[in-house]
Amino acid sequence: MKEQNVIVVADNVLSPIGKTTAENFDWLKKNISGVKQHHRPGISARPFYASLFDEAETFIDSNRSDYTKFEQLLIASIADALKNCEIDAADKKTILIISSTKGNISLLETQENTPELQKRIALSTSAKLVAEYFGFVNIPIIISNACISGVMGIITGMRLLRSGQYENAVIVGADIISSFILSGFESFQALSPQICKPFDKSRDGLNLGEGAGTIILSTNKKYAQNTKVLGGSVSNDANHISGPSRTGLELSYAIDQSLKDAGLSATEIDFISAHGTATPYNDEMEANAINQSGLQSAPLNSLKGYYGHTLGAAGLIESIISIQSLKHGLILPTPGFKESGVTKPVNVIAESRSIKANHFLKTASGFGGCNAAVVFGK
Amino acid sequence: MPEENYITSNCKIDRGVVFKDDKQIFENKEPDVTGFLLSIYQHLQLNYPKFYKMDNLSKLGWLASEVLLRDNFQKEKYQPEEIGLVLANCNSSLDNDIKYFESAKEIASPSLFVYTLPNIVIGEICIRNNFKGEHAFFIQDNFDTDFIEQQVNYLLNNNILQACICGWVDVLEQDYKAVLFWVEKSKKPGPLVFSAENMNKVFGE
Repeated sequence: MKEQNVIVVADNVLSPIGKTTAENFDWLKKNISGVKQHHRPGISARPFYASLFDEAETFIDSNRSDYTKFEQLLIASIADALKNCEIDAADKKTILIISSTKGNISLLETQENTPELQKRIALSTSAKLVAEYFGFVNIPIIISNACISGVMGIITGMRLLRSGQYENAVIVGADIISSFILSGFESFQALSPQICKPFDKSRDGLNLGEGAGTIILSTNKKYAQNTKVLGGSVSNDANHISGPSRTGLELSYAIDQSLKDAGLSATEIDFISAHGTATPYNDEMEANAINQSGLQSAPLNSLKGYYGHTLGAAGLIESIISIQSLKHGLILPTPGFKESGVTKPVNVIAESRSIKANHFLKTASGFGGCNAAVVFGK
Repeated sequence: MPEENYITSNCKIDRGVVFKDDKQIFENKEPDVTGFLLSIYQHLQLNYPKFYKMDNLSKLGWLASEVLLRDNFQKEKYQPEEIGLVLANCNSSLDNDIKYFESAKEIASPSLFVYTLPNIVIGEICIRNNFKGEHAFFIQDNFDTDFIEQQVNYLLNNNILQACICGWVDVLEQDYKAVLFWVEKSKKPGPLVFSAENMNKVFGE
């Protein structure tokens, strides 16, 4: 099967750290984190650590007031990515893919539960508004598959382009943090009372984060010099709906399949952007999986200490930052990591490091036992 | 070379009736969804205590998968990684989101929160059957059978999967509908060709 190269044409990270990919990467190089303590009674009665936008911040200049914060994030992120390339949103050959875990669920907190509100919350309503804003002609694809939604968006786009169904894919992911989501993670006792510490001995939970990320992919050969999406895979633990696999074998399977899809061996992976949520179980499972796949010596980071867990945007934001690492030959550190606290060895990067890299692996896992892996390369 | 895949079986649960391969196997016009789903569980004489912990979306999808696979699933034929799921609906997990949100006003419950994601029903079906392959949950205004056909055929024809459950599972308050298809590569006596058209016929209005 001879397949076309799937090429990254443009991207955007919209986060509390910055509004463009370049801005984000510049601040991360200076080790600036978006995670800090917040006192927001509307979200939680107690102070909490998270990466949040300012309460009054708006994201688009529009005289229409009916875009929610979630939709504004999607629109602003897509607009910046489109600005930096020649891809035409209104082209029949362009598809929009939206990833989110909870979209507009925060509307439940402030409005009465009516059929109209239920329709307003539906992700397809947001997708229509966003598609109309840019003039996308194809019906958008919406993915809601827990914390692997962003990576799954990239894999879905890659496959649609490989199969020749479309030439371009605009893949966007976003989530916002409200009391709905925060209370849920709190009920799981999954939140850290400080900036999270992925893979560390004293890790004690995750931070949540807001943000959006957009990756525009194309098979058009004129972009052939750019970074490419080389392979991807998804698996399920078939073990537990809220706890990861004990063995990590299923994430390892997804990693192995994504390498096979990319036509690469484990030794050709130059670094790993891990899911690394800093919960005890996730990081342990990931370390097991990485060992199982023979990647324990590959330098690895988790960006959760910068962004928190941005849920449906995480796979996109972390892939985009890692593409910058690939381009600049600079792996970012794992904020919060000092001493390994997982039972299998993994090569967690504590200080930023210059590196000659050609390929990297991005992993993600989530509730429902889902795992995903995607490989990018020069 | 276009390859053909086949619908080995289908299951529909809609408006108080359970169909297997277009034949009615159970009917209960009780208007309450939770009671209706429990009556299916009892009718099928299932014994799976996890069922009682599930939200209505997971119960509906899980029951439909039980009906779908009954007498049609030869476990020894496949490796766990060779079987996957591609599901869609229009209301995501909103049915349970509303319940979680109401309960969280008093005390947030992790056992309700975990069901505030639509893909949990996929996890439940995977746990039951030890399916470990590719899966995805899509949100669509209406069941987009052309898209589902394309997605499932990609997975099967590229040998990412050898068999796949696909379809629609949606619940919101008292409205619900599940239509699942068990898609395999091998032709057996009388199965439907896997196509958007044949999915539409089963799905109905």
